[in-house]
Order: sequence, then C-alpha cells, then structure tokens
Amino acid sequence: MYVDGITSGVVLDHIKAGRSMEIYHYLNLDQMDCCIAIIKNVKSNKLGKKDIIKVDAEIDLDLDVLGYLDPNITVNIVRDGAVIEKKKLKLPAELKNVIKCKNPRCITSSEREIDHIFRLTSPEKGTYRCVYCETEAK
Amino acid sequence: MRHLIDIGDLSVTEIDELIETAKDIIENPKSYSQACKGKKLATLFFEPSTRTRLSFEAAMLDLGGSVLGFSSAESSSTAKGESVTDTVRTVGCYVDIIAMRHPKEGAPLLASMSSDVPIINAGDGGHSHPTQTLTDLLTIKMEKGRLDNLTIVLCGDLMFGRTVHSLIAAMSCYENVRFILISPEELRIPDYIRTDILEKKKLKWVETNEMESVLGEADILYMTRVQRERFFNEADYLRLRDTFILDTKKLEYAKPDTIIMHPLPRVNEISPKVDSDPRACYFKQVRYGKFIRMALIMKLLEVSKCT
Repeated sequence: MYVDGITSGVVLDHIKAGRSMEIYHYLNLDQMDCCIAIIKNVKSNKLGKKDIIKVDAEIDLDLDVLGYLDPNITVNIVRDGAVIEKKKLKLPAELKNVIKCKNPRCITSSEREIDHIFRLTSPEKGTYRCVYCETEAK
Repeated sequence: MRHLIDIGDLSVTEIDELIETAKDIIENPKSYSQACKGKKLATLFFEPSTRTRLSFEAAMLDLGGSVLGFSSAESSSTAKGESVTDTVRTVGCYVDIIAMRHPKEGAPLLASMSSDVPIINAGDGGHSHPTQTLTDLLTIKMEKGRLDNLTIVLCGDLMFGRTVHSLIAAMSCYENVRFILISPEELRIPDYIRTDILEKKKLKWVETNEMESVLGEADILYMTRVQRERFFNEADYLRLRDTFILDTKKLEYAKPDTIIMHPLPRVNEISPKVDSDPRACYFKQVRYGKFIRMALIMKLLEVSKCT
C-alpha cells in the first residue's frame, strides 16, 4: 500500500500498533478539516508493527498529551517536503484535563467545572496521581 | 501566604518548630492570650465533627481571636448548590483564616487554589487530616520524649483512616521508626502509602491481621475506628467494624511504657475499661490538639506571642 508524503505538516511515527485511533481522538484531530492519514500495522524494524498518523497541515500539537499516551512516539515536523525537526517525547510532569479521576469520593466528582489535574509521581513506573485525592490514574 | 493541606506541606524543621511553640504555649499560656487579637477564624465543616471543630475554635479563642462558621453542609449555601470554590471566596471576605472539613477528598486543596486567606485542611474524606497528625506528633513528643527510634503499631481501618496515612507520612521523616500495621484484609493501607512512602523510603514495616503477637513490640499503639461513613455498603461495615477490639486482657501483652493513642471518636475498638490504664493517652491527645492548632494558626497568620 502506498500513502503519499506530505508537503508541510506533522508525522507521528512509532505509534504502538493499534493505538492510532485513540491518539487521533485525544488530539482532537477529528475536528480538523485538513487531510489526515491514519496508517495502521506498518512493518517496523524497531517495533515489529507500528501505526503512523500524517497530518497535512502545520498544527500545534499538545505534546504533553502525546507524551502521556506514548512517550515513544516520534514527532516529525515537515516543511516543504523535508523533515525539519524531530521531537522526542517524555512523560509530562502534569496533565490538565486530559484524563478524569474515577474516585467517587474525589472532589472532582461533585464540583462543577473543576480542572482534572494529575501529576507524575513515579517517572520510573509512569504513575500519575490525581492532585486532589492521590488516586492513581488507570 | 501559606496553607496546610497535607502534612507534607510542612518540612520536618517546621513541624519541630510547631511542636516547640505548642510546648511553650502549654507552659506559658498567658503569653499567647492576645496573639490573634482582632483576627477571625472560620470553621467550615461540611461534615459533622466534635473534637476538631471545637478544638480549632477553642484554639482561636485562647489566642484572643474570634470564630464563626457552620457545622454541616445543610446549614450552608452548599444545600442550595453552591460550589466549594464560591463558598470559600465568600467566607474569605469576612475572615483571616479558614479551617475546612469536607467529605470529598481534595476539597481543601481546591479551596486553597482560589482562597485569599490561609486554608487549613481539617479532614477531607478518607484522604488527609494534617492537624490530627500534628496533634499525634505533639502527643508522642510529650509522652515519649522523642519522635525517633520508635515502633508504632497502627490498628483498625488503615484504608480509609486518614489519620493513619498522614501519621505514617510524618513519622517516616524521623530516624529508625518502624511500623506494624494491623487490619482486616479489606482495610489495609492504600497502595500509594505502600509504594510512595513505605517502600520508597525503605522503611521497616510489616502487615499482620493478628493483634496479640505484636502488641509487646509497641512503643505506641495507635487504634482507629472503622468508619461507617466511608462505606457504600452497610453490610461490609457491620462485618468489619469489630475485628480488632483492645480490652484490658489484650493490654497485658503490651509493655508498661507503651502509650495508647486514638484520634477519636471511638466506637467499640477500645473498651472503656482501658481508659483508667495509665497507658491510655487518647484524652490527653485531645488536649494537645488545641495547643498544636494554636501554634499552627499563629504560624499561618504570621503572628508572634505577646512579650
């Protein structure tokens, strides 16, 4: 199968196979009207299989969200048909309104319009905890 | 401006300073009787309480300040649907400092994010209760003379017992403190206390579900209540509430200088016959609570004693 390159935009490479749709939704790419390609189960020397997302527009990506979802993703910034920058991701120190606390005893379950904030408490294990009740994000 | 939301908000040095101030207040109460003259404390208690609310109010009155507030969510605008944030912003227009208890975990932290006056967490659900921990630390210091080189046996509801979580966090900062944790399987300490404190700091600790075999090791026996209000299922509460009961017979296993503590209120977990044992410290603990809260209010309001 052949998917053409993009002129100017973003290529998300090394996505763990099967997770591209989840990332597509988390990044709100479904709300964009530019051309987007989601390529699943591409053969990869490093991962065996991987997914790739190509966005044919220069957009501001939320790298924190992306880093939380999968810090192994490579973000390639493309301009005039050439990769001008490769961004490596890392687990963000804090996540705001990306995931929700599921503890029914947490204040986030009752207070209106409250920011759902999680902090990285164990970078080794990739553990995030709600700042309000310290419940671990699952 | 400082808040006290979690015991971890205070450094060990600050905790030691608060304990020293509380000891000085006990010895020289008159020097502090006007320290907060003209200042007001609001006690916002969205959940019932006897000791903590009255302790805060007594503390502020003994500092020469005044108090206002409410003692249940039903008697506040919360009953009309007002948010925690709006309530705190409103009350902050009237007072200099707020002590807040709320059944939802994290409510005092949320309040501190929008408050113009210091917020003290007076208990948020099963999560944290830092002023009880300060009370416990002052009690241990007064009754044992030290905060290091101790074996602490914690018994009862270790899952929802917020005083237990805060006490473990605080005592983990002192040298050579060992924890023995007694609870039913279902009420063991939460994972985050295990991973983020006990394991991370490589502390000495054991878990057990038998009381008699470990009582002899205790310098401090800290009993807790199985809290009905933390259960979604009444049947689970009834099944677990009387698992561990300290009576005079069990107390025979403890050392002569063990101190028995309890954050109160108790239900069945300590027999009233234990009250007359000189090792029972839980009512002294209540008294110490007022003095450490006086020290805390002074610190957060940045006021000093009158010379």
